[in-house]
Amino acid sequence: MGKTNAARERYWKANLKYVGGLLTVWFIVSFGCGILFRDWLDVHFPHVGSAPFGFWMAQQGSIICFVFILIAYAILMGRLDDTYNHDEEDQS
Amino acid sequence: MSQDAYNYLFIGLSFALYIGIAIRQRAGSTKEYYTAGGGVSPFANGMATAADWMSAATFISMAGLLATSGYDGSRLLMGWTGGFVLLTVLMVPFLRKFGKATVPDFVGDRFYSKTARLVAVVCAIFICLTYIMGQMRGVGVVFSQLFEVEIATGVWIGGAIVFFYAGLGGMKGITYTQVAQYCVMVFAYTIPAVFIAIALTDSVIPQLGFIGNYTAGETAIPFLQKLDNVNKELGFAAYTSGSLSKIDMFCITAALMCGTAGLPHVIVRFFTVKNVKAVRTSACWTLGFIAVIYLTAPTIGGFARVNLIESLHDTPHTEAPAWFKDFEKTGQMAWQDKNGDGKIQYFGPEREKIGDLNELTYGADIMVMANPHMAGLPKWAIALLMTGCIAAALSTAAGLLLVLSTAISHDLMKKVIKPNLSDREEINYARMASLGALLVAIYFGINPPAAFIAKTVAFAFGMAASSFFPTLLMGIFSRRMNKEGAIAGMAVGILFTLGYIIYFQFMGGTKDQHLLGISPEGIGFVGMLLNFGVAAIVASFTPPPPKEVTDLLDVVRYPDTQEEESVIAPH
Repeated sequence: MGKTNAARERYWKANLKYVGGLLTVWFIVSFGCGILFRDWLDVHFPHVGSAPFGFWMAQQGSIICFVFILIAYAILMGRLDDTYNHDEEDQS
Repeated sequence: MSQDAYNYLFIGLSFALYIGIAIRQRAGSTKEYYTAGGGVSPFANGMATAADWMSAATFISMAGLLATSGYDGSRLLMGWTGGFVLLTVLMVPFLRKFGKATVPDFVGDRFYSKTARLVAVVCAIFICLTYIMGQMRGVGVVFSQLFEVEIATGVWIGGAIVFFYAGLGGMKGITYTQVAQYCVMVFAYTIPAVFIAIALTDSVIPQLGFIGNYTAGETAIPFLQKLDNVNKELGFAAYTSGSLSKIDMFCITAALMCGTAGLPHVIVRFFTVKNVKAVRTSACWTLGFIAVIYLTAPTIGGFARVNLIESLHDTPHTEAPAWFKDFEKTGQMAWQDKNGDGKIQYFGPEREKIGDLNELTYGADIMVMANPHMAGLPKWAIALLMTGCIAAALSTAAGLLLVLSTAISHDLMKKVIKPNLSDREEINYARMASLGALLVAIYFGINPPAAFIAKTVAFAFGMAASSFFPTLLMGIFSRRMNKEGAIAGMAVGILFTLGYIIYFQFMGGTKDQHLLGISPEGIGFVGMLLNFGVAAIVASFTPPPPKEVTDLLDVVRYPDTQEEESVIAPH
């Protein structure tokens, strides 16, 4: 206990920043590549194997990216929790 | 040994396993009944959540839908997995920290009102019921196949089994049986895919075969090229292009994603692990396990499509393979010799426009079941697949029934109507509620509100997206959101979505009446925007929430506050 408000504020800001960043990637790989810009990507991006890029992103690529997003989230937040707890030791 | 003998053997063994686990892990207290006592390892919880997640809709219907609609089916792939990301980064860690065992419980406390709790209970009931309907349909498809009976009889058999099974163990039993079910499902799903991939593309890994070459023909051509060719030849839209409009595709995917993040039965899963750190690790495992199946689904869809057409189109009915006749018997595939040449012709809309008659009709839900038959897989592989289908439907239906019965017994009876209910009585109410819910689900399983399982399920997601997702999100991230805003938002969101679905599914609304060309499947996204809008407007005209409630938010946001008290204790 005995956390300063400033430290808490930092924690929450960092949390929001991570979530914001990861959700941007999330949006780009799914809605961006898989739906909105799919037609353009199909034509202009290199095929994955024999699959057009946008189609492949919609059916396979986006899911692979999602898994990596969650792993990144777990690592980033774990690290954030650690720094926060160290902060506490310095204070008290 | 005959196919039937294999089926009974595999399914019987799997049941013995599940029931054995359920009895060993029988729930002693309400705490164990609802959240398994809160001490499941992240790895095991990840597997159980994945099994919960992978419903009959995923297992049976999704690949079938991908096979018939090609690119359009991606909405299910991205929607369900992408929603999981939202769930993990926006919801679960905070709800877990808040320490409430059910979603209506969170809503009731965060918005300090019995009315809010009541509205949340009603939403939970609607969502879970719709979802279970889809599951019952799935169980019906499998049992009708197994016993060679009509789907309706299959639904009844499945319902009886689900009831027995869900009431038995509570959350603790379910968690460990779901671990077993995930294992069954993943083998049942991937093994046939590997066999078929080898047969069609000479590749052991289905995902590589899918983007590799089709080698079963005279000359090797890219597999997707082959798919596009057969589709176009028969008058269907090219497999890789799809026919949904961009806005509809966007809305359906968004509704599925946000709905996933608001699904009460998956949220509650994360109350079964120790702490927030374990929740995050558990979520990685879950999505990893889910991805194994989701990355295989499109390949199964594609392979099934080619197989179906190659083995049936232009084949004389007398020479049609034996499995086709089996499916005809149960009414899941039908052939009508319209031009009287004794051959089966299968044509899409483009060819029908120029006068060719389509003679083959079948439910997309049957594709996954038919796939191993079409590929001529060994009998044990087919039996394994059936076992997997049943595992998928059972695990999800049981999880849903549990949430549904909790919503009624805990949130409605205990918290609103009869506060002095004892533990025993509460569990009894829970069991009665699940029986009632199951009967309704059986009725709609026999008379489904939509053609495909996956579509019925999509409605449930739409409702979750329009009610729980925005309310939970605002409850966590906004200090200003008050009870008036939340109640108004939830009510408007779900009524709008439900109304739109009922109008177009049951009251004969036609396609050209669609709002902006958005189909009922995707309307949950619009309902969600309405929920946000209405809540924000109402909240700005009404007093802010009291200080106790905003203090609660600190508990949720920072890692060091009151960790001990947030350990689950549903009274």
